[in-house]
Amino acid sequence: MTLLAFLILFAAVVVAYMRNRAAARAIVAGGTPLHSLVGFHARFAALLVGLPVLVLIILWLLLQGVVIDRILLSGLPAEVRASGDGAVQLVMAEIKSLAAGQTFGTPEDWKIEAAARLTDLRGNFATALVATVAVLSVALAVLARSRVSAGFRARQGTERIVLGVMIFCSTVAVFTTVGIVFALIFESINFFRLVPLQEFLFGTRWEPQIAIRADQIAGQGAFGWLPVILGTIVIMVIALTVAVPIGLLSAIYLNEFASSRVRAVVKPALEILAGVPTVVYGFFAILVVAPALRSAGASLGLEIAPTTALAAGTVMAIMLIPFISSFADDALSAVPRALRDGSLALGATRAETMLTVLFPAAVPGIVGGILLAVSRAIGETMIVVMAAGLIARLTINPLDSVTTVTVQIVTLLIGDTEFDNPKTLAAFALGLMLFIVTLGINILALRVVRRYREQYD
Amino acid sequence: MADVTASPPARPIRDSGGTTLGRRHRREGILRAAGLTAILLAVGMLLLMLGALALSGYQAFTQTHATIDVPLEPDLIDAGNPAAANWRTVMRRAGEATLPGADAETLRTFRDILSDGAQYAVRDRVVADPSLIGTTLRIAVPLSDPYDQLHKGLVDRATPEANRRVSDAEIAVYDRLAADGRVGARFNWALFSAADSRFPELAGLRGALVGSFYTLAICFALAFPIGIGAAIYLEEFAPKNRVSDFIEVNINNLAAVPSVVFGLLALSVFINWFGLPRSAPFVGGLTLALMVMPTIIIATRASLKAVPPSIREAALGVGASPQQVVFQHVLPLAMPGIMTGTIIGMAHALGETAPLLLIGMNAFITAAPATPFDSATTLPTQIFIWADSPERGFVSRTSAAILVLLGVLLAMNALAIWLRSRFERRW
Repeated sequence: MTLLAFLILFAAVVVAYMRNRAAARAIVAGGTPLHSLVGFHARFAALLVGLPVLVLIILWLLLQGVVIDRILLSGLPAEVRASGDGAVQLVMAEIKSLAAGQTFGTPEDWKIEAAARLTDLRGNFATALVATVAVLSVALAVLARSRVSAGFRARQGTERIVLGVMIFCSTVAVFTTVGIVFALIFESINFFRLVPLQEFLFGTRWEPQIAIRADQIAGQGAFGWLPVILGTIVIMVIALTVAVPIGLLSAIYLNEFASSRVRAVVKPALEILAGVPTVVYGFFAILVVAPALRSAGASLGLEIAPTTALAAGTVMAIMLIPFISSFADDALSAVPRALRDGSLALGATRAETMLTVLFPAAVPGIVGGILLAVSRAIGETMIVVMAAGLIARLTINPLDSVTTVTVQIVTLLIGDTEFDNPKTLAAFALGLMLFIVTLGINILALRVVRRYREQYD
Repeated sequence: MADVTASPPARPIRDSGGTTLGRRHRREGILRAAGLTAILLAVGMLLLMLGALALSGYQAFTQTHATIDVPLEPDLIDAGNPAAANWRTVMRRAGEATLPGADAETLRTFRDILSDGAQYAVRDRVVADPSLIGTTLRIAVPLSDPYDQLHKGLVDRATPEANRRVSDAEIAVYDRLAADGRVGARFNWALFSAADSRFPELAGLRGALVGSFYTLAICFALAFPIGIGAAIYLEEFAPKNRVSDFIEVNINNLAAVPSVVFGLLALSVFINWFGLPRSAPFVGGLTLALMVMPTIIIATRASLKAVPPSIREAALGVGASPQQVVFQHVLPLAMPGIMTGTIIGMAHALGETAPLLLIGMNAFITAAPATPFDSATTLPTQIFIWADSPERGFVSRTSAAILVLLGVLLAMNALAIWLRSRFERRW
């Protein structure tokens, strides 16, 4: 039925386009000059019909699920509606699978009846959608046709609509940010209603197992994020300790010493490294790096956990090397030629020029790049989900297993999620923290880079 | 290395009396060597990673098959409805026909050696061609994972029996089949034609490939037009004021938000509030579209900026309206750059995993999705699922899936590079 609605929309657009084009042509053929070209009259009609109907269909499809759920819920027996969010969701899911034709066991009569009602409701909504779309399309097509006249400023009309669409497009990014902020804050507020803010910020235990039944005493759950953020910092520090020297040195070599042939090989190789999906790095960590570290540790007599922070950190470093290297390369290349030439002309070697002139001049840009790398390391998910641990420990020992903010977000939300449970909501609180921290670092990084740019302009 | 970076700034230049020329050149040599080492390390890591994946992945591209004889007895299979026959019994007879004179224990082992999918392979063959009923069908069916590993030489026969996944008796039956010339490796078409399965020898990437295709298609359909629209407005029409500055800052920040946060947005808004289905490529595409849009906007703006003002002035001069200038002259000239940026953004979206995990695209689904609203996995989430599976056979399949993913990414990047070199004009 949805497909039918789109087909009607498409047909209406085509018909409106053709009719207006024909009408405009008829006026021209009659000898009257048009204000706008024929094509604008046709496009005006297509936009006038297409846009509102498309918006209608999208809004309808987005909201229909919620509305149908509300109507269905209001028809359920009162004792079911009063049985708490989780139970109601379960019943709703059962009714939906009944309506889809999947029967498990022998459902109660009222559930079967509700499923039949759901099927009816869906059918009615679909019919209503098609009817509304058809009526609106025809009405708009008629309206568009009535506008065709020699004096009608179709170009201005069309361009106004197009400009409006483009303005809307550019606000999508703003809506996305607003959506992220509101979703995170909204769910986090729900979380802080269940768990006090100071416990979250200053608690040293992170044990999000929550009782399955309300009367269960064991496994109360503790939500102090300090061990989680400490684990994140440990892995981030390991990654940067490895990635920063390698990235900077390779940038220095590429910028100052490499022949163009070496550059032609190494630059694409680094770009490949930058384009490898992080899930691949994660698998590399568990396939090669962690076992290698473990056997190396065993031969040295060290006990290394299978999910050691070292494995996740080093693999994350491989991911960050091309990032840091390309940032540093850009920063070094942006230093004005005169500084380099001046230093060389005074008799400095190329290494001395690099270390005493170019590098200090490029430091702000490099620092900006490293800050962005920090933010990426904190926000990186797949490598740590696959290679780091799940249990939060308050330790800075890199051989131990630690967990990170992103690991916790993913593990808390994988599988079924209920939005009345502190376990689920904790993930959003962690997400809010992650968002704030990375945003802060990014803004700082952009500031640093911008200030540096102004220096030489 | 350390003493070089720690040298006091500018001193060697100002005062060369303290440092001899040879020493200074040695320092240069050290820096050069350190830089070269760093590059070799980085490239070496890349090669190590690709090598390890290829080494463990190439084996998944073949699958060991056994050629068995299946007597299709008419009393067991109803020609009118072959699918409803008792295929377990048919397979039992197949054991007797393939290994004549074998005892009950051997026959049971024989059925264990064959994959659980063997009977379906036979069934599908007969359903496709009912005239086979009454004859003895000679068909190659996949072996189950332990024997596949055995054939590929991944099981060491020298290890004590207790530490091996296959016992001596089982190896004896396998060897008898092998001695009859019935065992051989073939190209593993199932890797591309089958969807996910609990049995490694039957698991394939079809569901993930279709899921990834739908996800990317939705992502492209949304992000490309909206991204271009936003870029054109901001670059060509927006007045320079606080509002457009704010939008610009917003887009730049959005480009640096961790991907997992987009997953939280999708879970909370699309799934919880709007009630869209979980695990659906549609929701995945929607989420990824929001994620790659900043990339597309930034790339589009750069390409629009690169079109020289003379083109705009010429078009305006002959009477085009500002929008006609943009849509008929500037945009077509900027298109190669836009496409390049878009393909790179799409490649990024194809490899993205974390937000898709949060919207449930890591479900175990044994059929390829028919529409973008069905539950599905994508290539990277399938890799994540397989990497988590304990069976040995999934290790090489994970690597193989990664090789497929990297192959697709490489093709996309090659296309982007080709577009750039073929169509991009420099003024």
